[in-house]
Amino acid sequence: MNQNISISYKSRKAKDKTLFMLVCLCSAIAMVPLFFIVWDVISKGYKNFNFRLFTEVTPSSMDALMATTNGEPIPGGIINGITGSLLIVGLAILFAVPLGLFIGIYLSNNRGKRFARLVSYLTDLLQGMPSIVIGIIAYAWVVKPLGGYSALAGSVALAIMMLPMIVRSTEETLKMLPPAYKEAGLALGASYTNVVFRILLPSGFGGIFTGILLAISRVMGETAPLMLTALGATVVNWKIMEPTSAIPLLIWDFYNDPNLVDLIWSSSLLLLIVIFLLNWIAKIVARKWNV
Amino acid sequence: MKDKIFKSFLFAAALFILLLLAAIVYALVSRSGETFQTYGFWGFVTNSEWDPRSATEEYGALSFIMGTLYTAFLALVLCVPFSFSVALFNGEYFKGKKIAGVVRSVVDLLAGIPSIVYGLWGFYTVRPILIDLGVSVQGFGIILSALVLAIMIIPYASSLSGEFLSMISNNLKEAAYSLGATRLEVVKHVSLPNAASGIVASYILALGRALGETMAVTMLIGNTNRIPGGLRDTGNTMASVIANQFGEADGLKLSALIAIGLLLFIITALINLIAKLVMKKLSHA
Repeated sequence: MNQNISISYKSRKAKDKTLFMLVCLCSAIAMVPLFFIVWDVISKGYKNFNFRLFTEVTPSSMDALMATTNGEPIPGGIINGITGSLLIVGLAILFAVPLGLFIGIYLSNNRGKRFARLVSYLTDLLQGMPSIVIGIIAYAWVVKPLGGYSALAGSVALAIMMLPMIVRSTEETLKMLPPAYKEAGLALGASYTNVVFRILLPSGFGGIFTGILLAISRVMGETAPLMLTALGATVVNWKIMEPTSAIPLLIWDFYNDPNLVDLIWSSSLLLLIVIFLLNWIAKIVARKWNV
Repeated sequence: MKDKIFKSFLFAAALFILLLLAAIVYALVSRSGETFQTYGFWGFVTNSEWDPRSATEEYGALSFIMGTLYTAFLALVLCVPFSFSVALFNGEYFKGKKIAGVVRSVVDLLAGIPSIVYGLWGFYTVRPILIDLGVSVQGFGIILSALVLAIMIIPYASSLSGEFLSMISNNLKEAAYSLGATRLEVVKHVSLPNAASGIVASYILALGRALGETMAVTMLIGNTNRIPGGLRDTGNTMASVIANQFGEADGLKLSALIAIGLLLFIITALINLIAKLVMKKLSHA
């Protein structure tokens, strides 16, 4: 009898240990791909990661082929994609941030109401929507009626993607503020508008700003919706009604053109650096302005 | 007075989301009308023929629906052991410890990597490995896409389920420990049953991600317009066929592609709803 107990105890203990080791092992394996991907991009991309990347436009396929056959590095860079990304994402920020803030404020101040619950549910729905479907929407709304691909259409698509993320982070941040903040403001006779702009938004600044940065970093690398809307261009373009390129769009072009393949990795490296930098700043902001 | 204006302004902003969704549904439905008028809803959904040649033009979505289901579910199955381990690591074993924060940050960074970079990595690094292993001649196909997709959805599946695991009250667990339970037994009999619906919901949401993922799959699945014959076969998903063929499409083909977009929207909306309902069950329990 006694022996039985000790054996079963041993086997229970052994099973317990096994689970723990499995969990640690699988967690470690889950982290491996990140390092592989980053290593891949760095080791293949650093050679072409030079000054020209930021100053010259994309070379034509022919020029690239000539250079490769002569044994020279591919000429040109991706300045048209960098400016395009800035233009498209910049416009998307202009559309999505104010709207997202206001909706987030509304939701946090009307919690539990039927309409707020509906809006909150639709926000989740929007967040779960595949990016390619959002691309179709922007195509139907902007490209078709205006008769052509444009930076504007691309930024509409990206704005729709950013909106739910900003709404959520604003709402979550404002929810976490102590209700006493709002009550103290109102008790001092401040108007609701003043309470929102002078108390709630400044105290929630860290969380809200972090949310915006993360939303930007998410849409920065989006390719699919831009293929259907901004299309791409081989020149630097600042006009919002013209087709425009973006860094991820250029990566897609390079991927499809065997002559330009060498530029894939340096462009991806730049994209990863920008995205990780945004993530890192977001983390610092979140820590510094902790509510 | 000013407050009233501001409040109605906030309300208008919230109303905008409602209008946005309505306009999205309207745009998808109206632009795909031609397809559904030609083939009918079921006719379109159950037809696996996709033939854009003008003489024999015929469009059906079944191949892409099947391709999507194959890749997404295989990805989900592949991601479970890892995302579940990460969730246990962060939400149970090392809850609140520094190392859990590190693991969480690393896994979160996975979510930050753009889809197209995953596609490149899958194409240049994972594909040759699959060829060497003899999975298929070209390496492209369901397996390659699902492998990369699985990595992409790990952060979505693990962060939410880890949160639910960490929310379980210590009292419950301590009660089990005081009865002599090992950690495994606590996880099995206390943590999992209590966090079950939250964990299920997080996997449903991860599945939604996998269903709609576009660029990486487009680069890896091989882009053939028929029902995949098996996991080693190539195929096309709903998202990848749109990404691939939207550029040169017009007329009925464009409408058929938008119809596939509408189907994708409906599926992801349903998945969202199911996850919501499952989680609601949790808050009542």
